[in-house]
Formats: sequence, C-alpha cells, structure tokens
Amino acid sequence: MNQKIAVQIDDLTVAYNYKPVLWDIDLTVPEGVLMAIVGPNGAGKSTLIKAILGIIKPIAGSISIYGKPYTKQRKLVAYVPQKGSVDWDFPTTALDVVMMGTYGSLGWIKRPGEKEKKIALESMEKVGMLPYKNRQISQLSGGQQQRVFLARALVQDASIYFMDEPFQGVDATTEIAIINILKELRKAGKTVIVVHHDLQTVPEYFDWVTFLNVKKIATGPVKDIFNDDNLTKTYGINYKVAVNK
Amino acid sequence: MSNPQIEIQLIAAVVAMACAIPGVFLVLRKMALISDAISHSILPGIVIGFFITQDLNSPLLILLAALFGVITVVMVEAIQKTGLVKEDTAIGLVFPVLFSVGVILIAKNASDVHLDIDAVLLGELAFAPFDRLIVTGADWGPKSLWIMGSILLLTLSLLVLFFKELKVSTFDAGLSSALGISPVIMHYGLMSVSSITVVGAFDAVGAILVVALMIAPAATAYLLTEDLKKMIGLSLLFGVVSAISGYWAANFLDASISGSIATTLGVIFLMIYLFAPKRGLISVLYRQKQQRIEVSLITFLLHLNRHEEESERHINHLQEHINWRAVRARTVLNLAEKNNLVQITNNVVSLTEKGLAFTEKSLAYIINNRDEKIEPMKEDFFLFRG
Repeated sequence: MNQKIAVQIDDLTVAYNYKPVLWDIDLTVPEGVLMAIVGPNGAGKSTLIKAILGIIKPIAGSISIYGKPYTKQRKLVAYVPQKGSVDWDFPTTALDVVMMGTYGSLGWIKRPGEKEKKIALESMEKVGMLPYKNRQISQLSGGQQQRVFLARALVQDASIYFMDEPFQGVDATTEIAIINILKELRKAGKTVIVVHHDLQTVPEYFDWVTFLNVKKIATGPVKDIFNDDNLTKTYGINYKVAVNK
Repeated sequence: MSNPQIEIQLIAAVVAMACAIPGVFLVLRKMALISDAISHSILPGIVIGFFITQDLNSPLLILLAALFGVITVVMVEAIQKTGLVKEDTAIGLVFPVLFSVGVILIAKNASDVHLDIDAVLLGELAFAPFDRLIVTGADWGPKSLWIMGSILLLTLSLLVLFFKELKVSTFDAGLSSALGISPVIMHYGLMSVSSITVVGAFDAVGAILVVALMIAPAATAYLLTEDLKKMIGLSLLFGVVSAISGYWAANFLDASISGSIATTLGVIFLMIYLFAPKRGLISVLYRQKQQRIEVSLITFLLHLNRHEEESERHINHLQEHINWRAVRARTVLNLAEKNNLVQITNNVVSLTEKGLAFTEKSLAYIINNRDEKIEPMKEDFFLFRG
C-alpha cells in the first residue's frame, strides 16, 4: 500500500490527574479513509481527538499530521466538537458561528471580511442551513445546531476532519444528510475521523474503524476487523446478537 | 451643576464603562463570582504596595493588586483541579483568606494611616474630586478620572483588537484551541484586565459597587439582545445611565452615591427582567399561556377532523367529549371561529377549508417533526417558535 499517512500516533499516553485515560496508543490513519472510533463510555475516544488537536497535553508519546506536529499543520485540520460542549444561549447567529471556522486562517487580530462571509454562506448552503443564517443559535433544533457545526468545519477547507459524536441528538434526516456530506468529503480525498456510538451503522457509514478502550484494541478496514471478536474485546460483553442482526 | 458634581458623574460614568466591558465576558463565561473574589482579594496587594512605597497613589499599588487578582484566579483553579471541591467552593475558600490577610496586615502595621476597610468596601465617590492630579503646579482634574480613563482606553483597545478571539474562546474553547487561538491566553488576559479594572475602580467606588457595575449591566443586556456587539453596547449604556441617575438619586436622598448607583443597577435589571420583550418574565408567562391555548386549539381541531358523526361535534357536547372546563372550551371555540378555522351550522361544529389545511399541517409536523414544514406557521403561532 503506497497510501500517504494522514495521522501517525506513537506511544501516546494521556492522563487526567495522573490517571491514564489513554494508555500507550499506536495508531496509523491512512489518507482518504472515513474512520469511526468506537468504544464504551470513558474509553478515551474524545480524549484521543483532543490530544491529536493539542487541546489536551499528553504525558508521553508523539503525534504527527502528514509527518509534522499539529501546531505546524493547523490549516490542514478541521474540528467539530461535541454539540454539548458549548453554550447555545451565547448571543450570536448561525452565520457568525460558521464564520468562526475562518478565524484560524485569519490569524490573530485580523477581522473576517466579505470573502470569509461568502465562504461561510457557501458552506451553509451545502448543509441546508442557508435559510437559517440569521437565526439566533438557541432558536435552532439539535439537528440544525449540528449542521451549523458541520458547516463551520467545511469552511476550514481542511484535509483531515475530526468530529466528536456528530450524530448525537439529531433526527434521522439530519443523520443521513451529515453522513452523505462525510462520504462526499472522502470522495474528494479527505480523511474523516468520527467518534461514533451507534455500532449498528458502522459497516454502512464507514470504511475504516478503530476500537478503543483506554488501550487500542484494533484498527483497520471495517470489512476485515469489524467482527464479534473485536467488539467483545472492546466492550467486554458478547456482541454477537447486536451486530449480526 | 458645580464643578465637583460634574466630575463625580464623569468618574462614575467612566468607571461604569470600564467595568461593563470585561463584565460582559465574565457573565458569558459564567464567571461572575470571580469578579467578587478579585475585588476582595486584591487587598493584600494594596497593603503590601503601600508598605513598600508609603504612598497610596503609587502605580505599584495597582500592579501589585492586579497581581493578587490573577493569583486569586490561579489559586481557585488549582483547588478546583484537585477535583475535591467545585468552583464556587474554591472561590469561597480563596478570597476570604486573601482579604483577611489584608485586614490583618492593616491592623498590625498601618492602623495609623488612612487605609480603612470601610473605604475599601464601599468607596466614597464624593471624595474622589478632592484627590487632584497636579503636574508642574497645574491642576489636571481628579486623579481617579485619569486612572480610570486610562484603564477604559486600554480595555476598549484590547476589545477592538481581540474581539474575534474573545468571542470564539468564550463560545467554544475547544475549537479556539484547535485553531491556534489559545483559550488559556485569552482567559488570563481577561482575568488581568478584570483585575486592573477592579483595582482602579474600587478606590473610587468601593469593592461592592465594582462587582455590581461588572455584572448587572451585562446580565441586563443579556436579557435584551442576541448579538454580542449589541450586548456590549447595551451594557455600556446601562452602566452609564445607572451611574448618572444613581448619582442624582443619592443627591436627592442625601445618601451614599455608590449605594444609590448599585441600587439603580438592581432596579434597572428588575424592570428589564419583568418587561423584556422576549426573555422577560411577563412575556414568558404570556407566551406559555398562549401556547397552552394553542395546544388546546390543535387538540380540538384534530378531534373535529377525526369525527364525522354530528353527535361528536355538537356544540353542547363538545365539553364532555374533550373533557374540558366550560371556560376553556369556549375560549378555544372562539379562537377557532375568529380565525375562520371552524364554522358552526345548526349547532354543529365543522372544519372550514382553512381549518382542514391547518390541521393537516400541524399533524404533519407532529408526526415528522420537520422544522421546514412549520417555518411559515411560526409567524402566527407561539407554539411553533420553539
């Protein structure tokens, strides 16, 4: 396989108050995959993403994005945090939140202008949120809020997209709309990494999967490794019934 | 108006504006209590500064006091990080200790100088014009006006320069960090500015009013607007209005100026809390009542839609079929009739064409929960406005 490597993680250990949440993780994510990170609650899925993006400092190990540290590659990466991690009563509009995606490329002090606004509106169009652009964000439904977050990531026009549970609390229509956009991103050669909870949809949505439970259990193509054996190792209970349904 | 009167109002207005700006971000970050903590725990910084310089007006006092403000924040976060207590407890642990250290330092070493606790807590705006800035023999006006003016200018320039950074780090620290706009730098920047503002302001207006001026205008503006820039603008406005009208209230009542300004801030908040068009208490209660009636209306229309038989739709039996009280049944019937949703012939109620269309649309919404379907209905019905 002469595929390029998008994300390379070696011997990563992350701890909160000296209690390891991620233990000695080695992980290689090839370019152009649509990958799910699955594992039980507290397995460190969000922590893994946050460590890759430098939001949490690891106590050991190294992470590289296309061969360089994250701080040198910020512009290649877009991030969709968990919807619940922000205060949706914040006084701002949907368009303004999407515009925040341009702040990284603008750098400090410089203000977004017409060019940034145009990019933001195009992204909102892609996720079907254009009619709501001036809506205050607390007036949006859960699914619409998630679409706003997705539009904000699209604005960044990155090579790698990290998404923390983008399907949480959204209705079926939005879930399908989101996964279609993710599949389009993959078609365009982007790498998409998603923290995912619904095991049933893994084979349908993703082509690559990482099993995580504090340690890495397995990583690879869904068709090769998404099986009862790995699910049982990750979740500690027998998953036969659930997956073969 | 005499000269000192104008000067007092000017000082109060400038202090109010300087406090309102960091206040907006403290309120949005749910850190209002930290301003209370800072306003007390800066005391040892002032006392130590006074011991070193023997001069109550030295800039070193402001710097040391601001340093203690930042130390407060660091200590609160350190205690919180142990995971043993929550943030509010950590704040409650830190600032009384630092404040008491200041009180003891004054009692042991400085009891014979003018540095008393009353002045620290309540301040005295009326005396502010007496402390003048004299440079090369010329009178440049009250010193506190110059100090607060400079702090306001500093705060305003930082706000304009870093507006985008403040916004994104306040709304979404995770994204901010991933974008390379360090939320830690923004956090300590805001804390430093807040500390400097509190230190500069408390000399003139006292620790209690500083807290009121930081929190109340922002909290009031938050009820009125959904736009961050407007929220800042309104906070500035409420601060200045309270400062001026509070001054005249004090004049009229012959009472403490700081106390009157803080009371005015409270009264303005109460008024807005009651009467704000969207988030105000009265408007919320009205909306809930409307929503209740609208739910009843839809229930009623669905009932009509489901039942062909006239007995179910007879005006005298409606009450028992839907099991409502007479008043409610009549309100709903009147509302439906007024909107041409139903017609009554021979005492039998039936849906009009408009009523039928409306019922089907509502039904579609209840089943699909698709927001797009009800966009046009939001104009007419509270129920669909979320």
